[in-house]
Amino acid sequence: MAIKLPIYLDYHATTPVDPRVVDAMLPYFTEYFGNAASRNHPFGWAAEEAVEKARKQVADLIGANAKEIVFTSGATESDNLAIKGVAEMYREKGNHIITAVTEHKAVIDTCKHLEKDGYRVTYLPVQKDGLINLDELRAAITPKTILITIMAANNEIGVVQPLAAIGAIAKEKGVLFHTDAVQMVGKVPFNVNELKVDLASLTAHKLYGPKGVGALYVRRRNPRVLLSPIIDGGGHERGMRSGTLNVPGIVGFGKAAELCSQEMAADAARLGKLRDRLNERLHKSLDEIYINGSMEHRLPHNLNISFAYVEGESLLMGINDVAVSSGSACTSASLEPSYVLKALGAGDDLAHSSIRFGLGRWTTEEEVDYVADKLATVVTRLREMSPLYELAKEGVDLSTMQWQVN
Amino acid sequence: MAYSNKVIDHYENPRNVGSLPKEDPNVGTGLVGAPECGDVMKLQVKVNPDTGVIDDAKFKTFGCGSAIASSSLATEWLKGKTVDEALAIKNTDIVTELSLPPVKIHCSVLAEDAIKAAISDYKKKQGTAAKDADTHAQPTA
Repeated sequence: MAIKLPIYLDYHATTPVDPRVVDAMLPYFTEYFGNAASRNHPFGWAAEEAVEKARKQVADLIGANAKEIVFTSGATESDNLAIKGVAEMYREKGNHIITAVTEHKAVIDTCKHLEKDGYRVTYLPVQKDGLINLDELRAAITPKTILITIMAANNEIGVVQPLAAIGAIAKEKGVLFHTDAVQMVGKVPFNVNELKVDLASLTAHKLYGPKGVGALYVRRRNPRVLLSPIIDGGGHERGMRSGTLNVPGIVGFGKAAELCSQEMAADAARLGKLRDRLNERLHKSLDEIYINGSMEHRLPHNLNISFAYVEGESLLMGINDVAVSSGSACTSASLEPSYVLKALGAGDDLAHSSIRFGLGRWTTEEEVDYVADKLATVVTRLREMSPLYELAKEGVDLSTMQWQVN
Repeated sequence: MAYSNKVIDHYENPRNVGSLPKEDPNVGTGLVGAPECGDVMKLQVKVNPDTGVIDDAKFKTFGCGSAIASSSLATEWLKGKTVDEALAIKNTDIVTELSLPPVKIHCSVLAEDAIKAAISDYKKKQGTAAKDADTHAQPTA
């Protein structure tokens, strides 16, 4: 079978909408277009019924109660609502928040915003494997700590934090625990009660649902979490998130969540094998390639590799029929390489040489083989024109060289 | 990021990739940039001692497509120029020729630095290092 190009291996950025999800959504644009808040006619009732069904589907995916799901516009809003909502609501209790340096910008920048408002934030470092140190977390907690916000799985390196242990520490200390779970939910099991999570950010478009719809799980019991809203208005979503509900989007999110509940185990097993195949094939044809982050505590569909002596953007240019991401600065407007990879202490040169692979529901073995072989060819070609590779082969230790930094 | 056709052409068909013998008294070597900045360029010129004309130029670059293209273009331009003419190549000439966007101007600056460093090395070897030449510190192992 001929391979269809370009190949999409960037499932951490977003996923295509599953056709079954699209089918479920379509009637809610034209036929059942009502406002879920319209209480006095069948159009509103149909919309409300659909939203409540989706709320249950999303809740079921994470072991929550439907009443604990607040629909939002996406995970960035969910992160903002969780962190700012807790910060304002619990201000009298304390003003200290704990997070980690490898969090998504939606968490880091929200925390930075709160620092300007007088909150104190601890940014925990991560170990070489990308995981936080639980002793450091414990030591960072003070009587003023109101929230721990640590992501479930990292969007670049796919490492899964020790959530159950973090949840246990948070519970023991009486601190709320929020997790940005967008990369993990729908891919591997995630249960809010087993992990003792109090707040969790989710989004539909990372689990084969539509863009523009997300959710925040807000625990209702033991403890009951209260939030100050960040958007004021009609008091939708039990006053936590005003704004007319995106009914077709929510229906799609629900359907996508239901499909994940049913297919997640098989998908994860299949993708784990394909990911390992990609990894082995690359290692067979190339030397000096390094995996970033723990392989043991990692999403099955993620691989993040540094190809020493080759710069990431030039690598992407050579595999322009494959959609992946690089941690190199040149791929973004900033001139700084990935802060996540830098936090692992791998060195900026390896951060510049990294590629993130994200496999998904429609990734095939043929695609994985094509990508591995193409990368091997391009990396070899670029190394032949790399002065660093030449120096390394001459036996020069690049780390002890004095470079002219302009 | 969209690349100009010229950048893509130099990336896919780089001119003058390779190395010249570093110890040759007629070869000047420039190595500029740093791995942690994501760009390192090695540019070498071989000067005909009788005419002062650059006979050959080679490069190797670790960097993005624009950095590879800038150094590849530089080697093309260097061949056939005298040492003084080579020093007159400006980064803005490279920017114009390759239609580099603002975020890639540093690639052209690095290529100009590499030219100057290579020629400075050549002059040092010849014992005629001009005082006014832009002398860049050479990386040392």
